[in-house]
Amino acid sequence: MSLVKIAGLHKHFGTNHVLKGIDLDVAQGDVVALIGRSGSGKSTLLRAINGLETIDKGELVVDGTALHDGKGDMRALRQKVGMVFQQFNLFPLLTAGQNVMLAPTVVKGTPKKEAEDIAKEMLFKVGLADKFDSFPDQLSGGQQQRVAIARALAMQPKVMLCDEITSALDPELVSEVLAVVRQLATEGMTLIMVTHEMRFARDVGNKLIFMHHGRIHESGDPKTVFADPQTPELANFVGAVQAA
Amino acid sequence: MAYQFEFAPVFEHVDLLLAGAGFTLALTAVGAVLGIGLGIIGAICRAWKLKPFDWLFGIYVEVIRNTPFLVQLFFIFFGLPSLGIRMTEWHAAVLAMVINLGAYSTEIIRAGIQATPRGQIEAAQSLALSRAQIFRHVVLRPALAKVWPALTSQVIIVMLGSAVCSQIATEELTFAANFIQSRNFRAFETYFVTTAMYFLMALLIRQLLIQIGHRFVTGRAR
Repeated sequence: MSLVKIAGLHKHFGTNHVLKGIDLDVAQGDVVALIGRSGSGKSTLLRAINGLETIDKGELVVDGTALHDGKGDMRALRQKVGMVFQQFNLFPLLTAGQNVMLAPTVVKGTPKKEAEDIAKEMLFKVGLADKFDSFPDQLSGGQQQRVAIARALAMQPKVMLCDEITSALDPELVSEVLAVVRQLATEGMTLIMVTHEMRFARDVGNKLIFMHHGRIHESGDPKTVFADPQTPELANFVGAVQAA
Repeated sequence: MAYQFEFAPVFEHVDLLLAGAGFTLALTAVGAVLGIGLGIIGAICRAWKLKPFDWLFGIYVEVIRNTPFLVQLFFIFFGLPSLGIRMTEWHAAVLAMVINLGAYSTEIIRAGIQATPRGQIEAAQSLALSRAQIFRHVVLRPALAKVWPALTSQVIIVMLGSAVCSQIATEELTFAANFIQSRNFRAFETYFVTTAMYFLMALLIRQLLIQIGHRFVTGRAR
């Protein structure tokens, strides 16, 4: 039984048909890497999974909570889906701890003391136990991104979406963030990530999806897909990425 | 013959001046709290395009920003009684200040709200916060923090502008000054002292609002 089920999903931006019928099943514990050229629809697909992009047509089910043609209980869906962004998007006037505590207290009504314990636990998990009282602008990019991961984890999501979460980081900070993601994968967290870290996708992912012109063009086990692309578009893309 | 400065006839009435200054500060305090509150409501309606309140606030803002404060005050105090709405000079003064500051702060705060980075709102959405929760916990405080210096200046402008409330016999500082000057005919000395008092009050309010900003808005007092 799949945790995330997407069927016949369509999305338009005006006259631009960006997602042309996506079918995707993600099982509990899957680590899915979405790759493709810019404009291929990979980010839009990811953002659609927690409702940051509306869906024109099709079905999206996450752990039993469904959206039909974009209609349904969006907030119930979002409680099951955590998201981490390229630009971290921490709340600048809140400390790291307050960033993590906000959603549990406000959305779930968790008592403050309990939310504080959750926040401490989550920050510990991402290796930032000592940064509870630091403000975002006192942290490095890698630390901010790990706080953002802790913030998403505090809502105990069923699936985590990662939208190019290392693309805005200095090269030396990438590994500390990837280490946290790798640990989550090891613990069995279901992950769907848009990434340009091909080696990471191959090592950690168990499913690779290549998007092209708004469709899933090719998919499969990352190791075999990278080693033996079946379509010229993917072969081209892999070649271009590896040449870089 | 050279003019002989004599401040003693002014300081004879120091009680009136201090009482007037106190009333000016009180008017300003009430006007600032209610006016900024009105501005927050107006800014929400404008930023979120809540029909029909967004265009009602739009008209309100344009009318107030494009007419003189003195005329607004006269309209409230002398004009409204024709419709059966009567009020004391104090109520009229406060109401005029609230309405005036409300219009300016609507636009100031709206700018702050609209400067919220899209990504922060998306992050809050992805955490399943409702629209109202996002506004209250994610948008409002950073928005106020961004525009706090502008709001501070606007409050001071309104405090200084409250001088015209003397024209409807609200017994604030300028009213006291006019009264004293009419008794001792020491115009230079009286208005010199009054000017100095306004100047000090403006400095005081600016410092106070900066402290309030650090403590409650930016939250970075430590």
